[in-house]
Amino acid sequence: MYRYDEFDERFVRERVAQFRDQVGRRLSGSLTEDEFKPLRLKNGVYLQLHAYMLRIAVPYGTLSSKQMRQLALIGERYDRGYGHFTTRTNLQFNWPKLRDIPDILDLLADVEMHAIQTSGNCIRNVTADHFAGVAQDEVEDPRPTAELIRQWSSLHPEFDYLPRKFKIAVTGAEHDRAVIKAHDIGLRILRHPDTHEIGYEVIVGGGLGRTPMIGKVVREFLPKADLLAYLEAIMRVYNLEGRRDNKYKARVKILVHEIGTEEFSRRVEEEFARLDGPSVNADPAEVARIAAYFAPPAYETLPATSGAFEAARAGNPDFARWVETNLTPHRQPGYAALTISLKPIGAPPGDATSEQMRVVADLADEFSLSEIRVTHAQNLVLPHVKLSDLFAVWQRLGEAELATANAGLITDIIACPGLDYCALATARSIPIAQALAQRFADPARQKEIGVLNIKISGCINACGHHHVGHIGILGLEKRGIESYQITLGGDATENAAIGEILGPGLAAEDVPDAIERIVSVYLAQRQAGESFIDNVRRIGLAPFKAAFQDTNREVSHAVA
Amino acid sequence: MAAAKRPALPVILLANDLLDGDVVFAAGDANGLHWSRDPGAALVGGDDATADRLDAFAAAELGNQQVVDAYLVDVAVEDGVPVPRHYRERMKTTGPSIRRDLGKQAELPLAQAFLRA
Repeated sequence: MYRYDEFDERFVRERVAQFRDQVGRRLSGSLTEDEFKPLRLKNGVYLQLHAYMLRIAVPYGTLSSKQMRQLALIGERYDRGYGHFTTRTNLQFNWPKLRDIPDILDLLADVEMHAIQTSGNCIRNVTADHFAGVAQDEVEDPRPTAELIRQWSSLHPEFDYLPRKFKIAVTGAEHDRAVIKAHDIGLRILRHPDTHEIGYEVIVGGGLGRTPMIGKVVREFLPKADLLAYLEAIMRVYNLEGRRDNKYKARVKILVHEIGTEEFSRRVEEEFARLDGPSVNADPAEVARIAAYFAPPAYETLPATSGAFEAARAGNPDFARWVETNLTPHRQPGYAALTISLKPIGAPPGDATSEQMRVVADLADEFSLSEIRVTHAQNLVLPHVKLSDLFAVWQRLGEAELATANAGLITDIIACPGLDYCALATARSIPIAQALAQRFADPARQKEIGVLNIKISGCINACGHHHVGHIGILGLEKRGIESYQITLGGDATENAAIGEILGPGLAAEDVPDAIERIVSVYLAQRQAGESFIDNVRRIGLAPFKAAFQDTNREVSHAVA
Repeated sequence: MAAAKRPALPVILLANDLLDGDVVFAAGDANGLHWSRDPGAALVGGDDATADRLDAFAAAELGNQQVVDAYLVDVAVEDGVPVPRHYRERMKTTGPSIRRDLGKQAELPLAQAFLRA
């Protein structure tokens, strides 16, 4: 894992001192709320419905056990004993007091963490594939790239006042687990088809929110060494041309859409040619220094299979089911990456108590080389577990209610905090997720349905990624009550797609029946081995729309 | 405050405490106003004059660095208790619907009256 150097350490400590002073000046009245708000937002401090909220950056979703323990401590000492992992792989505390936040930031700095640039119109926390360095389909670990971008974009003087927020995601694998096509910039590390040199495919202008867009490829192959200069060229074009007159049209996706991908690429290439590349690009020695932190850890040389593991699997159906859903093959023989579901049936998706955080930290120390990952699907990962240890880990997770066997299944639902916490929300999200998880709780049924991503947002800003859910649910307000719009056919992977609306909005209590009908169409019409999303692609929306309209008609009759 | 259109009467004034972030309500009587953490204590402005007073109190208290995000909320008075008409503000008077052990609903028995199924 990356370790702060002297510069990083000083930068974060100075920022805490600065924020402590700003809070002091706010409380004394030297700063008005209008003056203070952009300052607190740049440090991840929001005002929500019931309290302040602190959003802490988890760069590229990688956490050490020590950092996880510190988050547990903060949750216990300054919050209500739990935190919420988000779709941007950050952690949010829902109840901190403004007066305590400087102390919290000091505790974070003690473990090389901060909340800088987790809000505001700047380059946000860079996210990456949560199986980075582990996945079998990986060309190269994306985290050195993400770390380089983190350093370059932290307090970059030219990009600290962008037209709007800016999100970058990186993957080094063939299968996209980082939703790179729904980011302002998505980077895919790949090999050049002819030269086999490693470089980047650069995708710009993706995003969800009010105007969902799938990102466009602006450069098919960028040599690795040119990364920062090329990013700087993109940011300059956006900074100059992005709209500042209308916040709803200010994201780079709108610029790319309005002038077209070709013209956007042309302007970027023009700027890139004009830039003094060598002065912008990272020194190769620095790149190598960063990369060294992400070198593969000291794995043991193990056989590809484990007798103890196979025996436990054969002897315990619950363990076998968990292995089937929550395990990802590791590139190192004898190891696996395991997903810790933060979606126990009926619980708020992504929430973890301080006790659970400590359990995960302990397990990481004992069994996963002290490393933990946070996924955009609001789960955690122990990336390096020996097959022979899996049964023991599973048992310990079970004691902490962390062994739900549902990764990727219909109850592994993404949900934003919604109106239960969020000041921007138009409807609640979490109760919908809870109701759906309870409806589809039966393990046999979940297995029968297979991979199905439901994603729920409580407002049009789409923190719950509903546009790219196989089934998306958007909570809105309709004539003073909560109303839920269902979309179908979204996809967050390399086959990224925006879901289409099935019909009129539904009342909260009608959502489970509607989803049930959608699932029934799939089960009735699927071919052997066909996943839900493949089925939707093959048969189209019409059969699902018809089933959905039946739900709607029944509801209308019931109301009448 | 001046820019926003005043909601329909009757109204209460709510805000978040600057230091804690906790939701607070303007309470009191003709002799003066203060902040209470108890929604049941909120002063109900049933006429323009009281609503004006609440507005003026909001402006003064924002300036005094006591609260943030102060605004008037239209309510229905049910059994003597002012209940916000909109579900968003009802949520502010109770706490998260998914965690009944947190927020005002857990701390103040009276806030239970604000809960809606």
